[in-house]
Amino acid sequence: MKLNRLSRYLPFHFRRRKAPRKEVPFPAKERGIVKKRHQCPFCHRHIEGGELERNLFVCPDCSHHFQLTPWERIRFLIDPGSFQETEKGIASLNPIDFPGYDDKIRRMMNITGLDEAVITGIGSINGKKTALAVMSFQFMGGSMGSVVGEKIARIMLTGVGRNLPVIIFTASGGARMQEGIFSLMQMAKTSHAAARLEEAGIPLFIVLTDPTMGGVTASFAMLGDVTLAEPGALIGFAGPRVIEGTIKQKLPESFQRSEFLLKKGFIDLIVERKELRPTLSYLIETHSRGGIR
Amino acid sequence: MIKKKKRELQAKLKELMTLADRDRIDISEEISKLREKISGGEDPLARTWATVQLARHSDRPTTLDLINRVADCFLELHGDRAFSDDPALVGGIGMLDGIPVTFLGHQKGRNLKENIKRNYGMAHPEGYRKALRLARQAEKFGRPIITFIDTPGAYPGIASEERGIGEAIARNLKVFSTLTTPIICVIVGEGGSGGALGIGVGDQVFILENAVYSVISPEGCASILLKDAGKARDAAHLLKLTAPDLFRFGVIDGIIPEPAGGAQNDLLATAAAIKERLRKELSVLRRIPISQLLKSRGKRLQNFGEFRETARAPEERTANKFLARLRETVISRFPS
Repeated sequence: MKLNRLSRYLPFHFRRRKAPRKEVPFPAKERGIVKKRHQCPFCHRHIEGGELERNLFVCPDCSHHFQLTPWERIRFLIDPGSFQETEKGIASLNPIDFPGYDDKIRRMMNITGLDEAVITGIGSINGKKTALAVMSFQFMGGSMGSVVGEKIARIMLTGVGRNLPVIIFTASGGARMQEGIFSLMQMAKTSHAAARLEEAGIPLFIVLTDPTMGGVTASFAMLGDVTLAEPGALIGFAGPRVIEGTIKQKLPESFQRSEFLLKKGFIDLIVERKELRPTLSYLIETHSRGGIR
Repeated sequence: MIKKKKRELQAKLKELMTLADRDRIDISEEISKLREKISGGEDPLARTWATVQLARHSDRPTTLDLINRVADCFLELHGDRAFSDDPALVGGIGMLDGIPVTFLGHQKGRNLKENIKRNYGMAHPEGYRKALRLARQAEKFGRPIITFIDTPGAYPGIASEERGIGEAIARNLKVFSTLTTPIICVIVGEGGSGGALGIGVGDQVFILENAVYSVISPEGCASILLKDAGKARDAAHLLKLTAPDLFRFGVIDGIIPEPAGGAQNDLLATAAAIKERLRKELSVLRRIPISQLLKSRGKRLQNFGEFRETARAPEERTANKFLARLRETVISRFPS
């Protein structure tokens, strides 16, 4: 302490330099969100971290589905050891020179241990190979900028090139405003990639998770051949607060939830987390047997 | 000092505008000159904001105004065949230089009554589905498609969500990206977010000099990112939503000049400039074989985005490939 205060008067190379403060990342092992104790935001029950993890981050009482990090999702879904990440080397730029954007990206990388808001790769579900993209809401709200758009488009084109079904788990607040018009164009880019999948006759399965909003809903998230959703996920185009601002009324809690979308006919099925693996496996199976042609 | 002078000028401008309104005399040139003086060459923030305001000007030519001047004749068609007809997004068949063309566009109103009918140019899902229906029709009969974009965004409301606004826009993006007919888009006013892009995927995209195109409204960006809804001017500047910026980014293929002071001053000149450009582009696009057109449209879409790619060493790549193949063969030989 004393030395530190005095050191101000010493020549530079004698001063003790402060170690830069590191932001604490998630436990490197899991890159997950396992805490000692969790509280369910719906039934307010306290749940042990281990118990919650064994239950795939679903509340044992009210079956509220907690948000997952992409690596946990991959661990729960993909056959152990079969996942190979692709397109790792793509990094964001600051295309419209938005102030503070570079720092924000760097901070997000430190906190989450991810490169960007989506992980893409190839893995197997029950031995059936598939191309996979998993979005992360933890990384800047899962927002879609140039890198996310490119990675999603590329994994779809990988599906075309290698004749693999494509599964995308969405979790996003929408377009990444800090990239301005470029983020808007990612909607067109990913939708075009979906069109290429359709031309090639490759199935696209979308799993909507909490939350999926804005530019992601208005592009590839609604273009699946089969669209699944986790229970209670918030899914929509305009955010509830924006709508409340336009109509000057409070919206009901059930508005824009998975169950609402199912009722209105915009998703095929609501699937509980523990049923996702068998359901996707069944879908891949039924889509890989050729039809009558 | 400067502020005081600016305030004086603004007062003068207001006076002129009320005069013009009351006596119905045309002094728009003076007004536009004053505006330029106020927005001044020096302050980029003010200049951007002036552009945003011009793009939203209540006298700015609307889509139907433009279509009726650009096309030799025009027949509006209605309805999405599933739910209803959306007056906020219009479409129909017109003739341009003797070629039948399908026009699509967001329609704003000129006054409160019209705007209530047109929902301020904010379309519901049925609007986008009508656009899709007319686009498919155009494809069937080999008509080129021309879209005029002028919307603050798709309508954020309960009915809009219930009927799947996200799905409607997504489907349009997908279908327009592979439609087998030439598509030209012109941003004529506000290009607001997904609502604009919903009819904004094409082979060539143009923008009027004072129009804007952005992922979110300046107000929305201000309240979300700058945590202050009053900072819309700053947000507008940060978003880089003006025509020269968009052209520099390669999102836009060309800027169509407006008459002095903005399009609201001279509808005929604006329409003539648009028509000139469309005629030129159509004659080029119509000669390109459709397969090649689709290829270049796809390439255009795939190239959007700015990112850095750290090149992986080629030996690493081959090593990875080799390992992957090895793993596959091992797994296939010994399934357990």
